[in-house]
Amino acid sequence: MSLAELICPAGTPAALRTAVDAGADAVYCGFQDATNARNFPGLNFTPDELADAVVYAHAKGTKVLLALNTYPPAGKVDLWRQAADTGARLGVDAFIVADMGVADYIAQTHPQVRLHLSVQAAASSPEAIRYYCERFGVKRVVLPRILTIPEIKQVRKDIPCEIETFIFGNHGLMVEGRCSLTNYLTGQSTNMDGVCSPASDVEYKRDADGTMSSQLAGFTIDCFGPDEKAGYPTICKGRYTAPHRPDAYYAFEEPVSLNLSRLLPELIDAGVHAFKIEGRQRSKSYVRGVVTAFRHAVDDIRAGRPADMANLVALTEGQKQTQGAFETKKWR
Amino acid sequence: MTAFSRLSCVMIQPLLTRVVRRIAARHPSLFARLGPHQATDFLIDPIELPFALHLRPDPDALVFRAVPRDAAPEPGALIRGKFMLLLELMDAEEDGDAAFFSRDLEISGDTEAVVRLRNALDDVDGSIADETAAMFGAPGRAILARLRRNYPTQETGAFAP
Ligand code: SF4
Repeated sequence: MSLAELICPAGTPAALRTAVDAGADAVYCGFQDATNARNFPGLNFTPDELADAVVYAHAKGTKVLLALNTYPPAGKVDLWRQAADTGARLGVDAFIVADMGVADYIAQTHPQVRLHLSVQAAASSPEAIRYYCERFGVKRVVLPRILTIPEIKQVRKDIPCEIETFIFGNHGLMVEGRCSLTNYLTGQSTNMDGVCSPASDVEYKRDADGTMSSQLAGFTIDCFGPDEKAGYPTICKGRYTAPHRPDAYYAFEEPVSLNLSRLLPELIDAGVHAFKIEGRQRSKSYVRGVVTAFRHAVDDIRAGRPADMANLVALTEGQKQTQGAFETKKWR
Repeated sequence: MTAFSRLSCVMIQPLLTRVVRRIAARHPSLFARLGPHQATDFLIDPIELPFALHLRPDPDALVFRAVPRDAAPEPGALIRGKFMLLLELMDAEEDGDAAFFSRDLEISGDTEAVVRLRNALDDVDGSIADETAAMFGAPGRAILARLRRNYPTQETGAFAP
């Protein structure tokens, strides 16, 4: 049976301590700059904060994975190199990378630190994954959320590294690391600046009748009735009108949340080494609730006990959830 | 401006000043996370109270004052909701995204300022509400317990994406 490590998000030092205390096997985090794909205002770690976080996590047997998973624009690699140097000096346990240049720099300069291939690299075929393993010594691949469990099982047989899959959280399904929707509307790049729908371009407008519209860079992404649940203006989850669809509809994706709690035993059986929880941008309260629930479930499954899935299903309270491609390619 | 609202503001002000100075002294890292929004005027509007709260989180000239709604400054960012929800959000006991998506919380103005404030508060360990209550000894703790009993926050679906 695989180890089924639980990999948990940490957007702030307090969230990191919360995840560690709730039983994370590893936490992943990033610096306060474009080197990671959650470059949100007020989020992430200074080098000093990361130093303290590594000490705290290691004292409790938890690993720290540093996300350097954006793509440096041409000629601007220094920020990524410095971040890797700092991470190595502070003793992080692995770097999560997407860009080949960043992977190559780390493989050559810090060969003692593990390399994990980010979901942002969108490597889903054995050939692609093997290339990263052979060329840069990648030890683990975070699989894009487009494969079924039988496909994952097959990939596992054909690659020399560990597999990590997302099991819970936001579900964005463009070719990962390639989405340019934010770039198109705001001029900022998700993949190079590390931010999708930057808060500085977001505006909520409320009408007298209680209707609220969410806007990004002046474009309306969605419009919610007075009693309707709202959402962040993520372009791929907005409702739009089109000449052939006069009523607003979800043109790309519905705002559903990934929840693979029911599939955990099958994923372990398929040889998945680590389970990733999405949400570095979420609060401590979210981290505490989700990590605690999945910790119990994974421990139960590993001990051969039936896991309390009701607890995990309740995590998305009222929110639509999906098992995405993990269950079937026809989820939408 | 009603006389009641004005009187409430005058009565509550010394308490607010003490509370905010204490929080600032105990959690200095909060200001770094606010970045350029240390100079932003936040209006925090607890809908059941007779006044709103004006916050300018500038560490060198901290402003936290009760203001009658009709005399409030034009805010850079507005956060409106039930008092206990705002208190729980401050303590990161509630998930801010979930409260907002469920429409229990209203946000307008500069979204980045609100996101920064929320991330800064989320990085505070422990409960600011409990710390504040403890400043006033046993009576403070009793008042907070009573508030929590009398104004339970609604379950807001704490795990919306
Ligand atoms: S718009 Fe959607 S798919 Fe594109 S980066 Fe943002 S969340 Fe991902």
